[in-house]
Amino acid sequence: MQKFTTLTSISAPLDRANIDTDAIIPKQFLKSIKRSGFGPNLFDEWRYLDHGEVGMDNTKRPLNKDFVLNQPEYQGAQILLTRENFGCGSSREHAPWALEDYGFKAIIAPSFADIFYNNCFKNGILPIVQSNDVMDELFNFKGEITIDLESQSVDANGKIYTFEVDAERKRRLINGLDDIGLTLQYADDIKDFEKDYFKTYSWL
Amino acid sequence: MAQTLYDKLMAAHVVREEATTALIYIDRQLIHEVTSPQAFEGLEIAGRKPWRLEASLAVPDHNVPTTDRASGVGGIEDPISKLQIETLDKNCEEFGINEIQMNDIRQGIVHVVGPEQGATLPGMSIVCGDSHTSTHGALGALAFGIGTSEVEHVLATGCLWQSKSKNLKIEVNGELNEFVSAKDVALYIIGQIGTAGGTGYAIEFMGETIRDLSIEGRMTLCNMAIEAGARVGIIAVDDKTLDYVKGRPLAPSGSEWDKAIKYWNTLHSDADAYFDKVINFNAKDINSQVTWGTSPEMVIGIDGIVPDPDKEADPVKSESIKNALNYIHLKANTPINTVNIDKIFIGSCTNSRIEDLRVAASVVKDKHIADNIKLALVVPGSGLIKKQAEDEGLDKIFTDAGFEWREAGCSMCLAMNADKLEPGERCASTSNRNFEGRQGQGSFTHLVSPAIAASSAIAGHFSEVK
Repeated sequence: MQKFTTLTSISAPLDRANIDTDAIIPKQFLKSIKRSGFGPNLFDEWRYLDHGEVGMDNTKRPLNKDFVLNQPEYQGAQILLTRENFGCGSSREHAPWALEDYGFKAIIAPSFADIFYNNCFKNGILPIVQSNDVMDELFNFKGEITIDLESQSVDANGKIYTFEVDAERKRRLINGLDDIGLTLQYADDIKDFEKDYFKTYSWL
Repeated sequence: MAQTLYDKLMAAHVVREEATTALIYIDRQLIHEVTSPQAFEGLEIAGRKPWRLEASLAVPDHNVPTTDRASGVGGIEDPISKLQIETLDKNCEEFGINEIQMNDIRQGIVHVVGPEQGATLPGMSIVCGDSHTSTHGALGALAFGIGTSEVEHVLATGCLWQSKSKNLKIEVNGELNEFVSAKDVALYIIGQIGTAGGTGYAIEFMGETIRDLSIEGRMTLCNMAIEAGARVGIIAVDDKTLDYVKGRPLAPSGSEWDKAIKYWNTLHSDADAYFDKVINFNAKDINSQVTWGTSPEMVIGIDGIVPDPDKEADPVKSESIKNALNYIHLKANTPINTVNIDKIFIGSCTNSRIEDLRVAASVVKDKHIADNIKLALVVPGSGLIKKQAEDEGLDKIFTDAGFEWREAGCSMCLAMNADKLEPGERCASTSNRNFEGRQGQGSFTHLVSPAIAASSAIAGHFSEVK
């Protein structure tokens, strides 16, 4: 997994609450059996004026000029600012895959849906929770923001906002650790557990 | 110490505990074609094998055609859908995973097939790369949706790292009116607590109204826990649970059954268990529900009017009402029962079980869909449900009324197969999500119960059962 330590970037403001994973990556793109290549179809229905399908040349599609990611000042943004309950709905990991493939490495919002939040950490994306008041300040801030995971802080031109993150998730993200490899270190514990478990619950 | 049902289920599965997270043993992993290919690819690249083959059961559901399947997977027109199903078949064969293939009569929606086969048992920990895995909580199981990285993790290790959720008790008491169903209870609750109301919580549904629901109804309710933001929705085991499970192909029998039910009968919250939050509802306040917007929380009673953004004091809510009405082409203050419909969808992991089909059939019997209804679909949740319905003559009732009777799958709930809405089409749907574009780009979804989908098909607009 990609490490996350610090990040300095401009941010793209997506001022909308309850953005669901269907909006982040529409279902027709879920037919892919690959993990990569979803970036051009991130927010597909908002980003383009035509109907997107798998296999289209996305560089030739008509863009919705009003959509934030199509505006020149937000090109290259690696931080997404958004509102409450981001990533609700479907558990599709294609949503963080699409965000990551597009170039986002951090998302700042007042709240996230549980499964999406969890999926971000598996893909080197840092989801950061800030209050509505801080979000309003960040939405109004122009310029580069620096995120430092070690100190759990967001720096907007000297104004520092701290954030909470689970210690274990932080450790894995900073070191880019492979979850499965870590768990398999406990293979003997799992086997020991199974011995008693299947004795007690012998019908399983 | 007194424990909630969720606490008991978590405690029974802890392999190893760390400060804020625990390694949880997974009894059952359900697999479908959309969220698994990258997980199998990950195993292959790392040279890993599944930890315990017996834990897994796979079935294709999201992409399968609901029309003629005589030519099998090879006959699927969409080459990308075909490849995804072929990939599932190939992966299951290579890794040795038990799969119910597309043309098997037991095939269907993963959350319908699991309980039907007895692959879902009380007390089990169950995961699937699908948010509606909460459905299985209706049988007193710890069940939740996961992403593809976690699908791979469970395949490789048999376990999952989990932080504990908080406990939310939702208690509903009183008797439901006729034709008011578990779907209406679910939509009503989501309307009251919002789509993030359950975020961070495991919801346990309790109370007289919940106990009175059939197991099918309980599955409908737990299925939609995720639409309230909760990954887990559970209901305590009772005699109905045991009756439902008994005799299923993968359920225990004989002395193992006796041993199992001793344990299963302990699967309820202790009387004085602590819940972080408690919300009470009264069944008499709940009538048939219809969503008017682009989120399941945007819901009103069938006799209600579409809200007016100008009357909403909260600017964020007012803006989201405006956005939703703009997308869904409805005017504020319109009575919802005057809104015409183009298509009807009865199906999905929320409402495709035999009880749902029986209710819908009873409403359309000896009637015909209105002239303005371009297509009315019934998609049973599994091949076995389809057969049972046919044995009961329900298929004939539906086709006589102008409905199409299809093969089992997810179908128009998320429109990954050929069943979809065209831009501008409005659908009364028994599915679970009314997000923008969910059933087809630029289309309008209104979530309802099977009874309301059926009565609306006859009326041509949203309508109570007459």
